[in-house]
Amino acid sequence: MTSEISVEQVWNYLKDVKDPEVPVLTVVDLGIIRNVELNGTECLVTITPTYTGCPAMRVIENDIIERLSKEGLRTEVKTTLSPAWTTDWITQDGRDKLEGYGIAPPQDEVDKSVLFAEPTVVPCPLCKSKNTRLVSQFGSTACKAHYQCNDCKEPFDYFKCLK
Amino acid sequence: MTKPKALFEYLIRHADDTLILGQRLSEWCGHGPILEEDIALTNIALDLIGQATELYEYAAQVENKGRTADDLAFLRLEREYKNVLLVEQKNGDFGKTIVRQFLFDNFQLLNYTQLLNSSDAQVAAIAEKSLKEVKYHLKHSSEWVIRLGDGTEESHQRIQESVDDLMRFVEELFFQNEVNELLQEDKLIGDCEEFKQQFHQNVNNVLTEATLTIPDIKYHQKGGRKGIHSEHMGFLLAEMQYMQRTYPGMQW
Repeated sequence: MTSEISVEQVWNYLKDVKDPEVPVLTVVDLGIIRNVELNGTECLVTITPTYTGCPAMRVIENDIIERLSKEGLRTEVKTTLSPAWTTDWITQDGRDKLEGYGIAPPQDEVDKSVLFAEPTVVPCPLCKSKNTRLVSQFGSTACKAHYQCNDCKEPFDYFKCLK
Repeated sequence: MTKPKALFEYLIRHADDTLILGQRLSEWCGHGPILEEDIALTNIALDLIGQATELYEYAAQVENKGRTADDLAFLRLEREYKNVLLVEQKNGDFGKTIVRQFLFDNFQLLNYTQLLNSSDAQVAAIAEKSLKEVKYHLKHSSEWVIRLGDGTEESHQRIQESVDDLMRFVEELFFQNEVNELLQEDKLIGDCEEFKQQFHQNVNNVLTEATLTIPDIKYHQKGGRKGIHSEHMGFLLAEMQYMQRTYPGMQW
């Protein structure tokens, strides 16, 4: 049976692997799966880190190996740094799931090296108000910033733009 | 010196810079002046240790002697660490940590930008990845330099003292010797003299905006790139290496 598995099916199986820190997103939504190669029951999955120090990467690696082993695949996970991950690779589906979960999805931003630029308008994921403020560029994980809504007062995470 | 040896040495220098500064910043964990800054400093520490991991892994591969990234990070002697003196300086108050970070971020931004053109694909890839993180770090540190410099009388005075104290370590960031010359021949790295002026201009612009005085440094403190460290380094290593020295090979 296992010999009939296609690369497309592997991508589907990978949709069951969640980001351990943002469990509403799958690794496919996140855009960190760069390539899948199949050779019989041997599988090579190439992933790229969101941030160099992201502690979730090892967990994700093990979860991928475990998920595919259920399909009888022996998997090796390879990490590549280039091209570097960008939040543009998060799928539309992933963005919708983030917002539903209470994390504002990444917005288009000006270059980070511009000092004192007007902060990006990040709509509140709860009440949708655009009247929000940046509390800190650094939030609960490397990939998030901390915001608060001035209208409904909800403090929320913003999945910050990385380009 | 052979080219692989030169590349190993170059990677170790920058891996050590990021590891040691990451270690220093992680000392703030649970001690930040406000919760947001506690989180910010440890986030930056995490990025730097992440960059160190990439650099050590590649260095271990280039060296090809069976040493792992962990061996390089935790099992060398003080004289074998080649980080600049700036990054091992003690945290001091929050303002001093910020000034140290600000100077280092400015260097990293320009150095990684230059390394994007490296003829070595892995060096270019590490630079491309790290640069995205450094932009966030620099924005954070620059905004704080201005906020504290142009803040209260006390914050101004204290951050000015930190600038006056740390500026003597800046020149060492631009240290170059035969390692650099060898690697420049093959365009693996660039000449950092090319962006030195830009560095000073960027630093001075922010210090001026922060109403701070740019000190005139007569004597530049150096040594780290040759393994000669300040008295703070031994204490830092003792803490950082403790677990691996006490329980060799232990796993998390």
